[in-house]
Amino acid sequence: MTSSAMQQLYQQIILDHAKSAHGAVPELPALDAGSVSAAGLRQAQSHQVNTTCGDEVTVRVGLAGAGPDAEIDEFAWRGAGCSISMASASVLNDTVRGTSVAESEAMLDLFREMLRSRGTIEPDEEVLGDAAAFAGVSKYPARVKCAMLPWVAFEAALLQLR
Amino acid sequence: MTRDEVLRIRNDFPVLHQLVNGHPLNYLDSGATSQNPISVMEAEQEYYEQRNAAVHRGAHTLAFAATEVFEAARATVASFVGAPENSIVWTSNATEGVNLVSYSFSNASLGLGAPASARFRLGAGDEIVVTEMEHHSNLIPWQQLALRTGATLRFIPVLDDGTLDLSAAAQILNPRTRLLAVTHASNVVGTINPIAELVQLAHAVDALVFLDACQSVPHLAIDLTALDVDFAVFSGHKMLGPTGIGVLYGKAELLADMPPFLTGGSMITTVDMQTAEFLAPPQRFEAGTQRISQALALASAVDYLDHTGMGRIRAREAELGRRLVEGVTAIPGVRLLGPGVGVERIGLAAVDVAGVHAHDVGQFLDEAGIAVRVGHHCAQPLHRRLGVTASTRASTYLYTTDDEVDQFLAVLAEVAPFFGVSR
Repeated sequence: MTSSAMQQLYQQIILDHAKSAHGAVPELPALDAGSVSAAGLRQAQSHQVNTTCGDEVTVRVGLAGAGPDAEIDEFAWRGAGCSISMASASVLNDTVRGTSVAESEAMLDLFREMLRSRGTIEPDEEVLGDAAAFAGVSKYPARVKCAMLPWVAFEAALLQLR
Repeated sequence: MTRDEVLRIRNDFPVLHQLVNGHPLNYLDSGATSQNPISVMEAEQEYYEQRNAAVHRGAHTLAFAATEVFEAARATVASFVGAPENSIVWTSNATEGVNLVSYSFSNASLGLGAPASARFRLGAGDEIVVTEMEHHSNLIPWQQLALRTGATLRFIPVLDDGTLDLSAAAQILNPRTRLLAVTHASNVVGTINPIAELVQLAHAVDALVFLDACQSVPHLAIDLTALDVDFAVFSGHKMLGPTGIGVLYGKAELLADMPPFLTGGSMITTVDMQTAEFLAPPQRFEAGTQRISQALALASAVDYLDHTGMGRIRAREAELGRRLVEGVTAIPGVRLLGPGVGVERIGLAAVDVAGVHAHDVGQFLDEAGIAVRVGHHCAQPLHRRLGVTASTRASTYLYTTDDEVDQFLAVLAEVAPFFGVSR
């Protein structure tokens, strides 16, 4: 009885990422404001909770340099939640690690726009990569928050390093 | 209750007859909110069409008629739970009832109210006891009361099987205990707590008992006087009534000594620019314009339940609960939260599907038209105690069919294979 709607929402890419999440670490102890890593990266992290279901994600970033050209040389996350939020964190890792702040923010905007489109935006897989698999989620408003959760944590962490 | 009877009952609930995602709606979320029969909606409409007026003020005929039906509704609800009329206070919901009592106690602790209200004063050295299985509504107001007054909050732990640790309860309740707040039936594990025993333990140390009856009044025949609890709350929308109305029960002699929580119009006798005298309960606790149509509609819901028979509803739900429990425990990889077959429960079962998050389970069920609750069901500490962060809960009511439970079980069994969880 598995419907095609279910398969569209839970694309194989999403189920795979949920099962073997990239960039996930077991622990992320709290960071002091202004932390600098051993490698000299400016670090920040943010913890976000989806109050509807209790899903939670903590994202840590470490930047080399400053401004829009700073590079995201450290990315780690930990979390507990549904397959959509966990897969989204894994895809976020693959998407932004090693990119510049400006590039990652552009991706963030695209991702958010796609998720808010209620299924009206056909994602550009060339640009979005695996993140395009979340297009189906945009038809389920209750699940958009799940997919956005790690990205919101990432955004909040970056904001601290402005 | 025969199959035909259940089908007849279903005809009274228009909302049940619709398609969701191309499937007949299978509503298994009555533990969160129940559906309304036509008679309840008609009662509300009839009030607005024929009697709408402010109650307990105004001398015109309509105002008098409105007051009469409003008070008659109180009498109906009071008799439904075995309580005297003057011990029933209308609130917006059960949560407000918990807050009403907790804020009344903190007002008493500030020295407000008549001299007799001193018996409700709390401070350092006093203890408030809750349980680890409480809904947040019957936990956070007490946490806050403890914070405001300096009292200590303690809790009766939950055992691995999801029941309360009664031997610990006997230790935890002590002469410093001022209040025990406990749920009658758990909204997660579905079990019915041994309230008589807990009341005995609490009263033996002169502690008051506050009962969360949200999951029991809709499903069991309850006599609050016989249970001898000091306070109880329940909500209209979980018992075929509308939202926006809840009930606080308090022993009349306790309410009489309590300072008000919300203050303003309709709860006073004489007012000058600096002070005010308050009415006797229940009006003392019903400030402002009341939820009149909701109260009437709740009374109509009570009539519906009474007419069906609470004994029969309890038996039917025990049957549905058993069907759920037997069904979910037979599915590999599905873990039932709380005790299994053999322990009486309300028609409710919360499960954890190994390797699949509750939100995903709920999504999968929704696609088949099945409405269940997913998440922590406002009971985070209990979920943590049972080793999960979230669960999937199916909850039934008098309009639930065996076929609906079976469809839920069949679709639940497909969840793990779909998400590729191997075993």
